[in-house]
Amino acid sequence: MNKVIIIGSGPAGLTAAIYAGRANMSPLVFEGIQPGGQLTITTDVENYPGFPGGILGPELMDKFRKQAQEFGATTLFENVDRVDFSARPFKIYVSEKEYKTESIIISTGASAKLLGLESETKLMGFGVSACATCDGFFFKEKDILVVGGGDSAMEEATYLTKFASSVTIVHRRDEFRASKIMQERALGNPKISVMWNSEIVEMHGSPGERGLESVDIKNLLSGDIANQATDGVFMAIGHNPNSSIFKDQLDLNDAGYIITKADSTSTSVEGVFAAGDIQDFTYKQAVTAAGTGCMAAIEAERYLEGH
Amino acid sequence: MSKLTIDVNEDNFESIVINADRPVLVDFWAEWCGPCKMLTPTIESIAEEYQDRSHTVKINVDDAPAIATKFGIRSIPTILLFKDGKVEEQRVGAVSKEELTSLLDKLIEG
Repeated sequence: MNKVIIIGSGPAGLTAAIYAGRANMSPLVFEGIQPGGQLTITTDVENYPGFPGGILGPELMDKFRKQAQEFGATTLFENVDRVDFSARPFKIYVSEKEYKTESIIISTGASAKLLGLESETKLMGFGVSACATCDGFFFKEKDILVVGGGDSAMEEATYLTKFASSVTIVHRRDEFRASKIMQERALGNPKISVMWNSEIVEMHGSPGERGLESVDIKNLLSGDIANQATDGVFMAIGHNPNSSIFKDQLDLNDAGYIITKADSTSTSVEGVFAAGDIQDFTYKQAVTAAGTGCMAAIEAERYLEGH
Repeated sequence: MSKLTIDVNEDNFESIVINADRPVLVDFWAEWCGPCKMLTPTIESIAEEYQDRSHTVKINVDDAPAIATKFGIRSIPTILLFKDGKVEEQRVGAVSKEELTSLLDKLIEG
């Protein structure tokens, strides 16, 4: 029997592991399919306190993990498939293997949102990408599209001009919601152009050597659909919380975020806590995730003392 | 533990991967790729378990961009499984050890 199981290994989960480890709770951390979380697919992190000059995202998360392990946390490179919070002890399942635990901290974070096209799923990794810093390298001298209108779309488009010969931002509206400074940086770049009021409605190509070849773009004002050849499409239209395995177990809001009580990380089930982007649709920063991870560990410790 | 994965570049790709007498697992990676590093323990444990039956190869895309281009690699990590010089299976992104070993087993038996 475990005292606490932590699901997820981004800043929230690993901070919870540091605190729970120091409190002698021997936390068991299931790292999931992306150990270290979203920061592992970024480059420089410039706003995490304590690192003047910035630090690489993957390196920062390595440090988090090492620090958690120093205090007795066990980290497993495994993905939780199913949970059962209906009875105590709580049960979680990895493939068919069952783990029992007195308390749970959920820090499964969020993943890039996609358009939801079947062709998009099929071509993911074959010209369709949700991570410019991971995949930009493969688009040297290519013509590519970025979908979105927020800060992350501006950042990805600007970053991709290091590789691509042209970057076209495809955006559904006639203005960006990105901050002014990010817009100016993107729009001032001679390699970047914009298709306003436009949406990708279909993608063509086949997984393998050829990959993505073209997309159909609909003009939302005229309704006209035109085919455009392209080598790559980068998605930057926001994030979805990774909460599907909890939907019958915990109260979620309409967007799928786990609902936590005010000034707390406790969820609708006593003894189950949620920290980081899985419950934060406002700030979504590494440092706020770490903060709520710390709260969750302290609350789990208090919960165990009372039971 | 001695190194069980083979580093392949444009000079030895043909001899080690294409002309191999057994299935070859090829892991495309780069230093700057965080998710690639996460896959490393999986690849190394497969290399150890399958050392008698297959080759486990790592290709750094910074050092061998032509191979990455030739096989249409547009995201890493990407794993290609070769048999008799041909790509039989392809997986992009995070992949479990079980999935890779079951694909390898099929190629070894088949």
